[in-house]
Amino acid sequence: MKYLSFFRMRFAVGLQYRIAALAGAVTQFAWGFMEIMIFKAFYRADASSFPMSFQAAVSYVWLQQAFLALFAAWMMENEIFDTIVSGNVAYELCRPVGIYDMWFARNIAGRLSRAVLRCFPILAIAVFLPEPYGIAPPASPACFALFLLTAALGLLMTVSFCMLVYVLSFFTISPAGLRILFVSGTEFLAGGVIPLPFFPDKVRFFMELLPFAGMQNVALRVYSGSMSAGEIKRAVLLQLFWLVAVTGLGKALCRLAEKKITVQGG
Amino acid sequence: MIMMEHVCKSYRIAKRNAGFREACKSLFFREYEVATALSDVSFTIGDGEMVGYIGPNGAGKSSTIKILSGILTPDSGRVLVDGRIPYRDRIEHVRQIGVVFGQRSQLWWDVPVIDSFELLKDIYSIPKSGYRQNLEELTQLLNLEELLRTPARQLSLGQRMRCEIAASLLHGPKLLFLDEPTIGLDAVSKLAVRDFILKLNKLHGVTVILTTHDMQDIEALASRIILIGKGRILMDGNLSDIKKGNADIDETVAELYRSYNI
Repeated sequence: MKYLSFFRMRFAVGLQYRIAALAGAVTQFAWGFMEIMIFKAFYRADASSFPMSFQAAVSYVWLQQAFLALFAAWMMENEIFDTIVSGNVAYELCRPVGIYDMWFARNIAGRLSRAVLRCFPILAIAVFLPEPYGIAPPASPACFALFLLTAALGLLMTVSFCMLVYVLSFFTISPAGLRILFVSGTEFLAGGVIPLPFFPDKVRFFMELLPFAGMQNVALRVYSGSMSAGEIKRAVLLQLFWLVAVTGLGKALCRLAEKKITVQGG
Repeated sequence: MIMMEHVCKSYRIAKRNAGFREACKSLFFREYEVATALSDVSFTIGDGEMVGYIGPNGAGKSSTIKILSGILTPDSGRVLVDGRIPYRDRIEHVRQIGVVFGQRSQLWWDVPVIDSFELLKDIYSIPKSGYRQNLEELTQLLNLEELLRTPARQLSLGQRMRCEIAASLLHGPKLLFLDEPTIGLDAVSKLAVRDFILKLNKLHGVTVILTTHDMQDIEALASRIILIGKGRILMDGNLSDIKKGNADIDETVAELYRSYNI
């Protein structure tokens, strides 16, 4: 209940700025189109050397753009960094809620509300684009159900990683460096720049063991049915493992930070 | 009841001289200085008291408030507020207190004030009827009717401060910490805030601890004054103890600061 109201609040903030939501949707649409054009060029050169069909790659791109707000590691809550840097965190600490849980809920809420505001226009247009440039329906109802599950886990993982950055900024004072390091690394390793199947096998093996693969790559590939049942099972277990591990680490760091906290600026 | 016994708190501050060379040098050799915010602070405050906590900038007022509200952990000493240790039982503790930081904001910038209030209602799990009653009373006493539907970013400082104070009291705390609540306010807003705090104390017996540089605040509100300087409690008494004849209150306090060499 407590946490639900963060969702309401974020949603209200999102709705307050209508043009921003519209502009976001347009940007994502343009970006998606560009990516598809690039893939088109690659596929024209030699379609057989790619691990996914062109149609599957296109669906991957559209889903990624539509749900960008759920999985994009770089979309962090600037207000949280501001409260730490300016010392407004004092007010956050005056609330009868654990700071980790509160920020976690706030991030989930922020991402969900952004995604809800933006995904519909993108999906609506992508559905009506002529084949093979449009988004294909999910490979099967089971794939769709698994997509929802892995997407939810992916969202939780993304947020638990962002939480590490927030919590670590208590120690580093300025979040800028941490953010750049973390964001650029994550985007690449999570398949945000190039879908993971496009990497060489040996590299891919390690990348898929790392937590970043579970953030968005798994869900988006499950949708178009380009993963086998065994692969999916392994991926979900990995997602769960990393979720527990990263959340645990974040919580422990947060407890430490709360003990040593200094409130900046008097 | 609030009790602080021999509380100490210090911060580590990185220092360097001016200039680019010094900035580079400090990358490798950093000098730290330990600044003592509180050294051996002790006092007791009873229920329903209104205490003015005064002292020059950097004396340790805000540090004390932050320790009492569970945000900071003291280096040593004992703190007990209504039987709770604030920094250890933080979550249980903050449920029972209200805090206003005059220089910070707790309202969400982009949305109407009432949305922030609703969020606080959920965060504090305030029951519906209690919330409605508190909100009505606060709206009336602080004259918020017109402000609740306005986004916080479009409020004037005085209007916003009234909303901030209301936000800190929605859950009906018995103990209220005010850290410079009248800073930057015009005369009308100041009077409104003072008037409200007085009423709150009379009507609900709320214990109020107030830090301020505005001596009129102290004159209007505080029956007891605690003076802190360089992290030590220098005086604990009431206004008549320090006032000499008809001297202006600001003069009196300035004289007091000088006499303690702070």
